[in-house]
Amino acid sequence: MDPIKKYFHNIWLGIYTILIGMRITFSHLFVRAVTIQYPDERLQLPERERNRLFVNIDDCIGCDQCVRACPVDCIYLETIKAVPGDIVGRTGVTSNGKKKALFVPTFTIDIAKCCYCQLCVFPCPTECIYMTDVFEFTEYERGKLVYEFTDMTPEQVIEKKQKLEQYQKEQEEKKAAAAKAAAEDKAKASAEVKTDPLAGESK
Amino acid sequence: MLEFLQHLFGEHNILVYIIMTLPPLVFMIVFALAAVLLERKVSAHMQDRLGPMRVGYHGLIQTVADILKLLQKEIITPATADKKLYILAPFVVFIGSFGAYACIPFSSQYIGSAISLGLFFIIAISSLAPVGLMMAGWGSDNKYSLYGAIRSVAQIVSYEIPTVLVILTIVVLIGSINLQDIVKAQSGWFWNWYIFGGPGGWGKVITIPFIGIAFLIYIIASLAETNRTPFDIPEAESELVAGYHTEYSGMMFAFFFLSEYANMFAVSAIAAALFFGGWQSPFGDAIPFLNNPWMQVFWFVFKGLVFIFLQMWLRWTLPRLRVDQLMYVCWKVLTPFAFIDLLIVGLYAVLR
Repeated sequence: MDPIKKYFHNIWLGIYTILIGMRITFSHLFVRAVTIQYPDERLQLPERERNRLFVNIDDCIGCDQCVRACPVDCIYLETIKAVPGDIVGRTGVTSNGKKKALFVPTFTIDIAKCCYCQLCVFPCPTECIYMTDVFEFTEYERGKLVYEFTDMTPEQVIEKKQKLEQYQKEQEEKKAAAAKAAAEDKAKASAEVKTDPLAGESK
Repeated sequence: MLEFLQHLFGEHNILVYIIMTLPPLVFMIVFALAAVLLERKVSAHMQDRLGPMRVGYHGLIQTVADILKLLQKEIITPATADKKLYILAPFVVFIGSFGAYACIPFSSQYIGSAISLGLFFIIAISSLAPVGLMMAGWGSDNKYSLYGAIRSVAQIVSYEIPTVLVILTIVVLIGSINLQDIVKAQSGWFWNWYIFGGPGGWGKVITIPFIGIAFLIYIIASLAETNRTPFDIPEAESELVAGYHTEYSGMMFAFFFLSEYANMFAVSAIAAALFFGGWQSPFGDAIPFLNNPWMQVFWFVFKGLVFIFLQMWLRWTLPRLRVDQLMYVCWKVLTPFAFIDLLIVGLYAVLR
């Protein structure tokens, strides 16, 4: 293009395009805001959102499946076997009627480590670990992000441990007694055989 | 107003002069607070947002909260800064932009200083701003500040030429550089404003396109003089952090901001006075109530605010110019057009 022509064309183009841009921005002055005032109003989260984990400890049977599923090892679980006759939790059964045989003295989730993969949720047989819609849980200290879910007090834990130990000791004693008795029986039987060799033959 | 105060306190009482300087200062501070909020709101709504919403109804006192915060902030001086220049710079910039208000006629009854060289004084005192910016940029001992200052000075100095030439075209038509005289010359209905050719018979129609071009050039050049988008390369936040006020904190930073917004109104006020009749009511004396001294203040501020809105509108529409494009626009487009404009309008002024 002729340089002089191009010069004037550029000026015209500049003014014209500025006017187009100004028309667009002016029209947007009267468009409803697309943003929301976040802490006051919130968007509905999608149905299958993955946020903070929660454990309904009443339903936990201590099966350890979530721990094994976790790819980042952020769940720590300890269990104590319940002695017969002892009731785990308040009722001894989960909400869907499964019998609970294990106390859960430690159920800790380090949410700072959690990668929100939801892999721990699916294996749970009683559906007691699940994702909630809470996503604002920032803390000033990292330690506060370690969540403890168990409902057992330290005294209870010690008591249950002692109970189990005692029960195990009793069981062992019983076993030992039974073994002893069995051995005695055997010895008696063999002795009887020796003393009365004809008794077997007579039958 | 000066006569009234002199009558009240005596001819040479210092109080007279102090009170005379107060209205522009108070106006400037209130305006800066309002304009910052307006800027944020305009930008927000242009981008389909809401902007500040939490302090007061729809964030109306957000800027008051901001200034309270800035007042409490520590003023940090970098260890390697040139202390004298660094501390002096914001005040030099502020004096430059506040000095311009001395000759701006807010009403037929109020002008800070009715000197006959009003416009000349405004242009001269505004040139103090680049000195302050250079002091800030150099004193901060920060590469971004220095870059910003150099760019800013180069830009302001070059854009002063088209601005002055364009102001000269109007001055040629009137034959006075006292802004009060310029505004008084446009009395009557709104078609006596210079954007519509000024007062006079039908012969003025031939000057309308040239004055239109002059107005366009003035708007563009004044944007550059106040360092606003699309000419905000001195404080281009994506390149230079914040330009010459990168290192400043607290009230020193606020002073830069204040003088930027004061400058915005100063150039808008000159545009209003030169092209849109200043404090004249659009209906002239046909409705006397609308042309009393208090309503004149309203008209003047209203006209100024229209240009402020135009500046904000442009800011949130246009991207930033490159340095070479900036110089191209100034030297190859605005300056020649301003010269030709001045020649033609001058010819008309001689021949009419």
